Amino acid sequence: MSSECWTSIGNLEDIPVAGARVVLSPGCRIAVFRTEDNQIFALEDRCPHRKGPISQGIVHGKKVTCPLHNLVINLTDGEASEDGCVPVCTISARIGESGEVLLNIEDIRARVETSAG
Amino acid sequence: MKELIVVGNGMAPSRALEKLNEKDPDAYNVTIFNAEPRVSYNRVMLSPVLSGEEDFEKTIIHGDDWYFKHNFILYRGCPVTEIDRESKTVKAVNGIAEPYDKLLIATGSSPIKLSVPGIDKKGVLSYRDLDDVKAMLAAAETRRQAVVIGGGLLGLEAAAGLRNRGMEVTVVHRNPTLMDRQLDETAGHLLQLAIESLGIRVLTGRHTKAITGDEHVEGVLFRDGSSIQADIVVMAVGIRPSVWLAENAGLHIERGIVVDKHMRTSDPDILAIGECAEFQGATYGLLAPLYEMANVAAATLLGDEEQQFENRVTAAQLKVTGIDLYSAGDFAEGDNREEIVLRDPNQGVYRRLVIEDDRLVGTVLYGDTSSMGWYYQMIKDNTDISGIRDYMIFGPGFAEGAAQDPTAAVASLPDDAEICGCNGITKGAIRQAIDGNSLTTLEGVRSCTKASSSCGSCTGLVEQLLLLRLGDSYQPAEVKPVCGCTDLGHSDVRRLINARSIKTIPDLMQELEWKSSGGCAKCRPALNYYLLATWPGEYVDDNQSRFINERVHANIQKDGTYSVVPRMWGGVTSSSELRAIADVVDKFDIPAVKVTGGQRIDMLGVKKEDLPAVWADLNSVGLVSGHAYGKAIRTVKTCVGKEWCRFGTQNSTRLGIRLEKFLWGSWTPAKVKMAVSGCPRNCAEATCKDVGVVCVESGYDVHFAGAAGMDVKETELLGHVDNEDDAIEMVAAVVQLYREQGHYLERIYKWARRVGVDSIRDAVVDDAANRKALCERFVHSQKYYQIDPWEERVKGHAQHEFAPLRELSSLELT
Ligand code: SRM
Ligand SMILES: Cc1cc2nc3c(=O)[nH]c(=O)nc-3n(C[C@H](O)[C@H](O)[C@H](O)COP(=O)(O)OP(=O)(O)OC[C@H]3O[C@@H](n4cnc5c(N)ncnc54)[C@H](O)[C@@H]3O)c2cc1C
Ligand code: SF4
Ligand code: FES
Repeated sequence: MSSECWTSIGNLEDIPVAGARVVLSPGCRIAVFRTEDNQIFALEDRCPHRKGPISQGIVHGKKVTCPLHNLVINLTDGEASEDGCVPVCTISARIGESGEVLLNIEDIRARVETSAG
Repeated sequence: MKELIVVGNGMAPSRALEKLNEKDPDAYNVTIFNAEPRVSYNRVMLSPVLSGEEDFEKTIIHGDDWYFKHNFILYRGCPVTEIDRESKTVKAVNGIAEPYDKLLIATGSSPIKLSVPGIDKKGVLSYRDLDDVKAMLAAAETRRQAVVIGGGLLGLEAAAGLRNRGMEVTVVHRNPTLMDRQLDETAGHLLQLAIESLGIRVLTGRHTKAITGDEHVEGVLFRDGSSIQADIVVMAVGIRPSVWLAENAGLHIERGIVVDKHMRTSDPDILAIGECAEFQGATYGLLAPLYEMANVAAATLLGDEEQQFENRVTAAQLKVTGIDLYSAGDFAEGDNREEIVLRDPNQGVYRRLVIEDDRLVGTVLYGDTSSMGWYYQMIKDNTDISGIRDYMIFGPGFAEGAAQDPTAAVASLPDDAEICGCNGITKGAIRQAIDGNSLTTLEGVRSCTKASSSCGSCTGLVEQLLLLRLGDSYQPAEVKPVCGCTDLGHSDVRRLINARSIKTIPDLMQELEWKSSGGCAKCRPALNYYLLATWPGEYVDDNQSRFINERVHANIQKDGTYSVVPRMWGGVTSSSELRAIADVVDKFDIPAVKVTGGQRIDMLGVKKEDLPAVWADLNSVGLVSGHAYGKAIRTVKTCVGKEWCRFGTQNSTRLGIRLEKFLWGSWTPAKVKMAVSGCPRNCAEATCKDVGVVCVESGYDVHFAGAAGMDVKETELLGHVDNEDDAIEMVAAVVQLYREQGHYLERIYKWARRVGVDSIRDAVVDDAANRKALCERFVHSQKYYQIDPWEERVKGHAQHEFAPLRELSSLELT
């Protein structure tokens, strides 16, 4: 993948361990999670149940519990614990060599385009 | 004969040359260039050399005679500077040039240097080769303080070695737990304790900002502003494949030099092996796969296409004497992965197995690594483990033999066998107690003999004894576990926190054998509360274990905005408070303002980013958080009372305000709402509150355990007192007892139902000394928790909660 595809949004340490921060982008809010073992996941900040901001939930293992009605969402693939829920849209994220957090621009663009359509 | 040139003389090419020799010694004329000025040695043994447990001489793999005997030419201290693929020659320093038919690149890796100021000062070392070890040994002779940056395998081995050589050593790690790539938080914590017990200081969560000193290093400065002194600094923050030589030659590079399954690079006459090579996206930093690469390369060089390299399971072991730690395979959590965790705090053992589709894919063993071979084999062979899954965590002995019948095991114990170690209770004593007092429950045994009433680790044995005496008529009381992460109920968890002096969530999960590695949204807030209520002032609150409302001190609304409810002590306000509220509503365009059922004002729909500024304005007239979001003291409603009301018997408003000012800020198992009414007409609805006071001519009736939410229940009378001070003491005492006994999310009326109203009266009313003691413990805890969380945040605490990390512009997306 070419390097232009990724954009830096800050450093790993800006995100609390077992926590999340929000990145605003035209057309969508992105929740960027850091797990206890320092992995990074980015998902659209919108619970499939009633649009709750999942960035505000409690992060445990590789899951987050939505703060509004406790739906549990997998950070890895956006799947929800309850059947019949549309998965949350995921955005590829990785940690760069000097600890900066990188999001995949293509994924964000794709998200913005689908939500516009 | 064809010419083979080898660049690098590490462990991988040494193995390749051995193989080549075995199979066809006459195939090539071999010339080796090595940047290090020495023969091939066992790099893995550098740690024992550093610590003094091994001599360097013993680590030499091939001495001079070996090269001589096989007619290999070895250029030592002679790095290759260029590969010319056109003329098929390599050029090295000093103008040496040699032609090749086949070239084998094995340049290994180089240690990563942090890009911080001062990194080039004297005394900043890395840990890669014998020269590094020599430099460290020289430093240990004359200097005192060593700082090792990086808490992974290498860093810890370096630290242990330097400690053994008598230096004062500090390990600095960027993440919260050591070896976080291999271990989860709890196991990392165990490791930290073990490292600390070697006399090594460990600092986690520290990011290095600069190396300080003039010419020579004098200290390390961290981003949080703290610093430590250092005479030497060892960098062990990771390695990077050395690829520049291959890159300049135009070979295909990603992270490493890309090779195919025959170890050929993008130029078929050039092969690469070892840490510098990348196969199917993976590079390796451990010997086993590198040796496999070497075998394949030797075969390829001899035209044998049969042998192929496959991605391999890797295993790593920490080589620090006295610490047993092993990890193999892939132990990251994943989607379709499950884990089995065994924790035995008494033995200091931790084991984690990661399973995917009935196959073992990874393991971490700490404390007892004797079963590592067994697990490794299963990972490697992709063995179907469904048949032994339930007990494989106990190791091969257990899994292969028949599982023991635990009741039979207890039956076979002699009468003088000690069952409860804490209280010294024997099997005979428990048996007699069961028979003599017709005991049928665990509780009965506990109160009669004290067995299992302290640390609880013998509970299983006591239950087996009950089962043995009573047969099927023994029905163990059903304990509702806190959540799916444990079999323990809330009471047991609280008891064990006390009995074993557990002080952090990771310790608790380790000690109490939590089944998941990071808990869940149900247990984490409960554990956080239990620890902070048990160890006020000592326990460091874990914000990430709190529900969003308590984390940001405002109530989340359905649209993701927040509500703000300042305290109005006893429901009384003033024109300046009201004016400040009105101004805030205008200034921040707050869409709704409502009078709550708790006699105060709720501003709804505040944007998260505005919260600190809203609070700052409210703080400026003295308004503080109303904790309307917390499992905490909420409101104290009052009526106007004797000051105005024609029926009033006491100053209920003043008592309400005093109570709220005394109690606010304290965290409780669930919310606590109170009220004080001036007479039995009870306009403040005190008799349906968690705690309510009804004033009467003769003094104050203190009530508790009412409810008016999902259940509606009238309060119980706790006791009668004559004056305000005594009323406050009694209320504080009952709240404290609830704080100490309540289960998380259990309102006061449910707690009272569980433990019995009488037992509460006994403790709070009848036993005056106990009441005082409870009240004192409450006051002690308030020293730490009666702080306005809004003010803290206005002053800058936890700012990251309120601002987005970044805003992307539309330009960036196009
Ligand atoms: C604002 C308020 C309603 C109002 O407009 O008056 C209110 C609003 C909420 N109540 Fe309440 N309750 C309010 C008074 C009450 C009362 C009456 C009282 O306190 O005198 C009760 C009955 C008494 C009681 O607590 O049992 C009450 C019983 C509940 C319950 C049921 C609790 C129960 O154990 O049965 C919940 C749900 C819960 O806590 O789990 C709840 C939960 C809530 C939550 C926090 C729902 C939530 O989790 O988001 C609402 C938050 C709104 C917000 O953001 O401000 N609210 N709620 C009242 C705030 C009082 C205050 O100043 O702090
Ligand atoms: C302290 C320590 C402890 C370790 N413990 C373990 C362990 O317990 N278990 C385990 O499996 N692994 C361990 N490892 C890792 C293991 O030692 C390495 O993975 C392995 O030695 C790598 O072998 P290699 O041949 O790829 O590279 P290296 O052994 O690094 O050899 C590369 C050689 O190439 C030379 N070189 C580089 N560039 C040039 C050039 N341009 N011209 C000429 N020569 C050049 C270098 O000087 C070096 O000598 C440890 C490593 C260290 C440092
Ligand atoms: S009664 Fe129900 S809807 Fe009304 S504030 Fe309380 S929780 Fe919300
Ligand atoms: S909006 Fe997330 S659970 Fe309801």
